Amino acid sequence: MAATVTGADQVVDVGIGGGSRPKNGNGFHRNGGGKDGDEPLRFSPARYRLGAWVAIGSILMLFVALTSAYIVRSASATDWQPVATPRVLWLSTALILISSVTIEISRRSLKQKSEAGYGRWLLVTTLLGVGFLGSQLIAWRQLVRQGVYLASNPYSSFFYLFTAAHGLHLAGGLCALSYLLARKNSYRHTLDGELRRIGAADAVSIYWHFMDVLWIGLFGLLMFWK
Amino acid sequence: MAEATHAEVHRHPAPTGFIRKYIFSLDHKVIGIQYILLALSAVVVGMIMSVLMRVNLSWPGTQIKIMETLFPQGAPGGAMTPEFYLSLVTMHGTIMVFFVLTTAPQGGFGNYFLPLQIGAEDMAFPFLNMMSFWVTFVGFVVLLLAIFAEGNATIGSWFSKLGESFAGGSGTVGPIGGWTGYTPLSALGKIAGPGQGAGVNLWIISIAIFCVGSLLGALNFITTLLNMRTRGMSLMRMPLTCWAWFTTAVLALLSFPVLLAGGILLMLDRMAGTSFFIPGGLYVSGSLVPLHNGGSPLLWQHLFWFFGHPEVYIAIVPGMGATSHIISTFARKPIFGYRAMVFAIFAIGMLGFFVWGHHMFMSGMSPYSAIAFSILTLSIGVPSAIKTFNWIGTLWGAKIRFTTPMLFAIGFVSLFVAGGITGLVLGQTSLDFFFHDTYFVTAHFHLVMGVASIFGMFAATYFWFPKMFGRMMNEGWGKIHFWITFIGVYAIFIPFHAMGLLGMPRRYARFDEYEFLKHSHPLVLFVTIAAIITVIAQLLFYFNLFWSMFKGQKATDNPWEATTLEWTTATPPPHDNFAGILPVVHRGPYEFSVPGAPKDFIMQTEPEGTGISADLGGTSGNGGNGHRG
Repeated sequence: MAATVTGADQVVDVGIGGGSRPKNGNGFHRNGGGKDGDEPLRFSPARYRLGAWVAIGSILMLFVALTSAYIVRSASATDWQPVATPRVLWLSTALILISSVTIEISRRSLKQKSEAGYGRWLLVTTLLGVGFLGSQLIAWRQLVRQGVYLASNPYSSFFYLFTAAHGLHLAGGLCALSYLLARKNSYRHTLDGELRRIGAADAVSIYWHFMDVLWIGLFGLLMFWK
Repeated sequence: MAEATHAEVHRHPAPTGFIRKYIFSLDHKVIGIQYILLALSAVVVGMIMSVLMRVNLSWPGTQIKIMETLFPQGAPGGAMTPEFYLSLVTMHGTIMVFFVLTTAPQGGFGNYFLPLQIGAEDMAFPFLNMMSFWVTFVGFVVLLLAIFAEGNATIGSWFSKLGESFAGGSGTVGPIGGWTGYTPLSALGKIAGPGQGAGVNLWIISIAIFCVGSLLGALNFITTLLNMRTRGMSLMRMPLTCWAWFTTAVLALLSFPVLLAGGILLMLDRMAGTSFFIPGGLYVSGSLVPLHNGGSPLLWQHLFWFFGHPEVYIAIVPGMGATSHIISTFARKPIFGYRAMVFAIFAIGMLGFFVWGHHMFMSGMSPYSAIAFSILTLSIGVPSAIKTFNWIGTLWGAKIRFTTPMLFAIGFVSLFVAGGITGLVLGQTSLDFFFHDTYFVTAHFHLVMGVASIFGMFAATYFWFPKMFGRMMNEGWGKIHFWITFIGVYAIFIPFHAMGLLGMPRRYARFDEYEFLKHSHPLVLFVTIAAIITVIAQLLFYFNLFWSMFKGQKATDNPWEATTLEWTTATPPPHDNFAGILPVVHRGPYEFSVPGAPKDFIMQTEPEGTGISADLGGTSGNGGNGHRG
């Protein structure tokens, strides 16, 4: 660990990469610790990343279940009537793809100790996320104007359901981004706090990339599996 | 909060206010006890319901005054209607499966002892842990509301104000769709019959809430176990209980989202007019269901059982863990085949995801897929047999200490075998044609998933009570409780097999009207009497539990002479579990009767060189394990 505690008033430097793994038997590296194991009480940012991956596993299962239902329902039905995909969804897709790039820039800025870059790109990502949700709402309004509602036919039911479920999870991601922004400057004076800040930023960016990939998957399904 | 210290003791102060300490506590130990109390309350409701069902089966038309007061329509004159019986079946199943068998083993004991056994100061995400309990609690309250929204006209009328689909007050106790809530009837709302209005809505909402709570818990368990093990606690040095809780958490993590998805689709069918599960041209109660078309009722069964089968393992796997742990401790022998036990428990969990179709042999599913599901189902017998033989291998030739927890652990093995063996019968499509929806199925799942899991929890309660409350539970009462319960549950459920062979169907409110079942009445009566005696014996357990909390004999830190980390800390453990000094683990979890050692057990924290080296002491098959030197 390149960790140094330089004093109570100064910002803690955890070095590039920030998320170096603890050596105390957390099952990844140096499994089992031993005499040269690290101090066991220290917070490990791997915890937040791991939490994000586990959460992704469960969210993925939710969407696997819904898409299985979609495929079963599309195969068995006589009333399946696909609707033209609203064009504005391409804008949504572009926005969320860009936001994945910006959150990555933001995360790297943090690793490179560029606090200003971290905050700026975090804000840009948040705005892009809000833009994505707005664009999805426009798609809904376009469908409503065409007279396509939730209960119109099974395709439209799934269309609204997928976009709503994804949007809800993305809104959760927006809350997480706002949380990162809100505590951008707090907890930086302790090693523990700094590790937590880095771990949280990593976890949120993992989650955000997943939202991106999930949307591409759902969009592809709605476009090509009609 | 924490200073950036390196080696100094780093302690989290315990909260002082009553609310933060006992209600909205972040401490995994308090949350664990909260879960156990929730399960202890829910199980009372579930047991009362089962007694009411038995009474109606044996003495149809029995008048119970209080039922008329509570549910004037469902039980006119105190005698229950068939709909009332069916709603008891539904609520008994739902309460027991979700709020007892899922909460106590995992949320309760898992929460309390997983961090202690791996040497962590708390769960990975204490806040999510607290949320997990309170979300589950809200789910339970909503489920209780479902009872009264249907059963009570006044409360039902409050929900009727929410709209047509929330119309309640039908007079039954709650929804009548069974704990599986099969579509299409469950998707139609009020027109499907009494209990299908507000009752089913609240039932679905309650289960959706429960899913969220369980997912938060599973997230916590997996992260804690992978990330927060103390120095030296490698995966293969973990107690088998930890492996069980980990497997359970993986099952919950992957199966509850599927139920949640099903619940969302079902709710949309009921509230928003979609047709996921409702086929076209459906006639219900003599009228055509309008506005729906093309849905697949079978889709719900697939979604439900994809969750439902892992769910039964969620109930029993922690019991397997506790049993392994307790049997090894009181046999004073290392668990037989530690590695095999780990792989078997994980194999049982993973196979559980590929067998859901065996609940649907009679659903009209393709017979080819039924054969595949049948073969996969029977293959679960292999890891189950590995576990059983290893338990017996551990007991073989041991100087067994027959304490109450040990009796319940052996009882678990017995029930697991007795209930599991009929799984091999029911898993075959040809036999299931006859047994489907008879009491034979009821016997099978009650023994293996209901009673065996509960025995695992009894064993865990008697075993860990001294660590949790600093006092011993009364052994004498515990043994009386064991023997009555053990004989009682067999007296209840063995006759169920015979009833199933007679063709007695599940979920029927009374049997006296059927010619072919006339002769089985003595059997029904026998079961009812056994059930009432067994339920009354549980009062002994409740009394023992609460009496011992305050008046029991004081316990030492390690009263059972066990080896794992929870026995190294104070009793009851301090807020941060190990008072700021985390233990270092040097050996496997079941080092009992190691040749040449001064005592017949070696704690996991015992460094090499005292007594006997870990290399030589590898009697549990996992002592060395690449951690030499």
